[in-house]
Amino acid sequence: MHITLHLLAADAPAQLLPARELMAFTLASHIILVPMGVALPLITLVMHSIGLRRNDATALLLARRWSAVMAVQFAIGVVTGTVLSFEFGLLWPGLMGKWGDVFGIGFGVEAWAFFLEAVLIAIYLYGWRRLKPRTHFLLGLPLPVTALLGAFGILAANAWMNTPRGFSLDSQGKPVDVNVWKAVFTPMFGPQYWHFVVAMLLTAGYVVAGVYAVGWLRGRRDRYHRLGFTVPFTLAAVATPVQFFLGDSITRQVFQKQPVKFAATEIVWKTDSHVPEYLYGRLHPDGSISGGIKFPQLDSILAGFSPDTVVTGLSSVPASDRPNATQATIAHWAFDTMVVAGSLLLLLALWYGLVWLRHRRLPDSKWFFRGAACAGVGSVIAVECGWITTEVGRQPWIVYQNMRVAEAVTSTRSTTLWIMFGLVIVVYVFIFGAFLTVLLKMRDRWRLADAETSGRPDGRPVDAPEAVTPYGPRPAVPAGDAPSSGDGDSTASRGGDA
Amino acid sequence: MAEFVAFVLLLAVAAYACGGGTDYGAGFWDLTAGGTERGKRPRWLIDHAMAPVWEVNNVWLIFVLILMWTGFPVLFQTVFTAMWLPFALAALGMVLRGAGFALRKPSRRLARRRLYGAVFAIASLLTPFCLGAAVGAIASGRIAPGTEASAHAWATPASLLFGLLTVAGTALLGAVFLTADAKRFDAPDLVGYFRLRALAALVAVALTAVGVLLVTRGDAPHVWHGLTHGAGLALAIVSAVFFVATGLLVLRGQTHWARFSAVGIVGAAVFAWGLAQRPYLIPTSLSVADAAGDSQTLLWLSVVSLVALLFVLPAVFFLYWLDTHGELEPLTDADLRPTGPLRGDAVDGD
Ligand code: HDD
Ligand code: HEM
Ligand code: HEM
Repeated sequence: MHITLHLLAADAPAQLLPARELMAFTLASHIILVPMGVALPLITLVMHSIGLRRNDATALLLARRWSAVMAVQFAIGVVTGTVLSFEFGLLWPGLMGKWGDVFGIGFGVEAWAFFLEAVLIAIYLYGWRRLKPRTHFLLGLPLPVTALLGAFGILAANAWMNTPRGFSLDSQGKPVDVNVWKAVFTPMFGPQYWHFVVAMLLTAGYVVAGVYAVGWLRGRRDRYHRLGFTVPFTLAAVATPVQFFLGDSITRQVFQKQPVKFAATEIVWKTDSHVPEYLYGRLHPDGSISGGIKFPQLDSILAGFSPDTVVTGLSSVPASDRPNATQATIAHWAFDTMVVAGSLLLLLALWYGLVWLRHRRLPDSKWFFRGAACAGVGSVIAVECGWITTEVGRQPWIVYQNMRVAEAVTSTRSTTLWIMFGLVIVVYVFIFGAFLTVLLKMRDRWRLADAETSGRPDGRPVDAPEAVTPYGPRPAVPAGDAPSSGDGDSTASRGGDA
Repeated sequence: MAEFVAFVLLLAVAAYACGGGTDYGAGFWDLTAGGTERGKRPRWLIDHAMAPVWEVNNVWLIFVLILMWTGFPVLFQTVFTAMWLPFALAALGMVLRGAGFALRKPSRRLARRRLYGAVFAIASLLTPFCLGAAVGAIASGRIAPGTEASAHAWATPASLLFGLLTVAGTALLGAVFLTADAKRFDAPDLVGYFRLRALAALVAVALTAVGVLLVTRGDAPHVWHGLTHGAGLALAIVSAVFFVATGLLVLRGQTHWARFSAVGIVGAAVFAWGLAQRPYLIPTSLSVADAAGDSQTLLWLSVVSLVALLFVLPAVFFLYWLDTHGELEPLTDADLRPTGPLRGDAVDGD
């Protein structure tokens, strides 16, 4: 065993590490934007429909402002996603060259989903002014469906990497006789897909609601903030228990279909029954565990509802075919962090639900709103951790039991890759920093506009943007009830402090 | 089946060359628009003309990549291994460009707008050049399955000239579309401005095209043969006819029609190249049949492409139609401020 370990270390090409780091970094960055891309259109449409149905100017204003955010965020999502597509070729040519025709078809579906999504979102974002309100809303309506379709493609590909099938190998080990249907609907696909979709809804809901929770904590308790908080938070709170349930079921699927990954995420060394559950804790190369909180028998019970359930251990496969102790520990910590985050979110959602059932209002407690303000960050952390569990837990395989990561990696020199990695970090820090600055600036501008409209003393005029209407007046957006007050100047509807 | 998928691939490349090319061209003219004051109006037009459609144009590229790795995995592997650097630079340029563009619009401070603008403009030059250079390497057969990443593959006159031709082509598309946009946005001064640039770009395209043909003759005998015979020749002639037509239309100020003929130049040229390469994806080492993936995958890929044709094309054309008819406008600051007091309750008091 010692020899294989050494062999493995010597075998691993030098460019593997930078390639992995680069892939992980770009994916982790892209994935931050994905919940917004998948679920923000839905949340916005819900707000939009409230605005239209009740003829509610505040709801429409919120929907319009979220659209403005979406316009910027969508663009960043597109470019970081394009980088990922390039990286498949730049970093993992071996993967694509050998398996591209087996698992690529999911991406084909994704491509036309992206097409429809990009078209519809352009129409939605830029259609506020000219299209008829109803037409505009109806054209936005398919957006959530296209988002689900896009997620379908990506998740099909990822689930295939976890539980590959739908092909047979010829004498030279080349995949032949592809069965596309089987390759798309792999055993892990269903569990991963639903767990993922609900995660996206929940994350987007908590992130958006968090913004208004902060405002609430700072004393802005107008209807605008209440609506901006309630709609996304309710959606997310409903999704949370569902997600908890789905998380429990995906864990059991991993137990059955990817036993070695399960052993890594639960740091189980020896195949046995009555296996204890560790909350955190570190696995050492000799199989011992230090630190962490131990719950006797719990792991077996969770996996198979009985302490007699036999759980496969890491040592059941050769060291060269399983994650090493460090990787197992990483996957384990990521998994536990996701579960902790999920549990905290569940508590928050229950609090909200109970207060609502009993009093039909928002909770009063400052602590509730503090929790709500953090919920967005918490769910993004859960998403990141979930992916780390999935990807690191699969090591050293890129295609489980069929191709090692080391076989897939590019032959480009490691120095080149490290330089590229450095460049990408610089570029991404710049982009995400700028993105954040732009969002904060937008918020400041809107806050000023709100203060101005409600006639507060600090309502300085908004610093003139590069002229709202450079070439003559344009029609204002039809804004629900209030006859909108021309362009650029809303003093006409100044109503004083109500 | 492989033939059909290869055809769809070529179609997608042509669509990206036209759609994406127009965007890159707009970026090119942004770069050359001069100082802040002088360049203010052209930049304003560029922002407004590009905004609603660039993301859709970008998806063509994604579609090309997916068709490549699903339909012709070996092609994808070969191309990305051998031409690591140009593709890495193109990807980097693409990120910077998209981000620079998206961030410039909502930024207010001049210094920031300048920074994002510069990033956007420079990247608009880098990316098409790198992609063009990669095409040059393919056409001249410099790479073959198994070629390692090295400058050898793409640091050649063929790559350089293909890169320059690509940049010139994007500049032409950009200028022609912006001329029409200037009319649409009622900015007569900019009509003349971009018309002049369209003519300059036509000259640049002509010069670089001659250069490309010369190196093709020497470096890429297979493609040269294809371009001088049969379908390749016919399309090359079509492209040339469109070229003359574009020149005339631009001179006469019929910018509306010039857009179609400019797209015709680029589209026909891409098809001429693709057909000239037949039956190879990379002359003369990788044929369509050799590179083709599993037959069932190709069948499904064709189905996916047909669905795309049925659903996506109408949607995309609807978007282009809405855009060119001025139905799409960004939200202005006025739309994003409340129309009434926020502190009270709902007007209809629910
Ligand atoms: C808000 C996000 C979120 C929350 C609260 C949870 N998860 Fe999760 N989880 C994800 C977001 C996520 C994810 C990012 O969406 C993953 C990554 C890969 C995937 O398909 O979904 C994921 C993957 C993932 C996997 C790995 C699947 C694989 O490797 O194939 C397991 C075992 C769990 N989850 C289990 C849970 C459990 C038991 C939770 C209990 C509360 C939980 N998740 C909450
Ligand atoms: C279709 C979906 C995905 C594909 C095809 C994919 C592919 C890959 C590949 C090729 C690698 C490098 C090989 C390896 O180390 O396993 C990798 C690693 C990794 N990916 Fe994924 N990935 C997908 C989704 C994600 C997502 C969405 C994330 C979210 C952050 C993610 C996180 C990671 C991480 C953290 C690593 C590094 C693993 C390590 O360091 O060992 N993956 N993935
Ligand atoms: C290896 C994995 C991934 C690759 C190769 C990838 C690729 C891409 C590409 C190419 C785009 C740009 C599409 C366009 O031009 O419109 C994009 C954007 C997007 N991606 Fe990813 N992606 C990956 C992971 C994910 C995951 C796991 C999801 C979850 C569903 C996802 C969801 C999205 C969404 C919703 C967008 C639209 C942009 C946005 O709204 O932010 N991506 N991705």
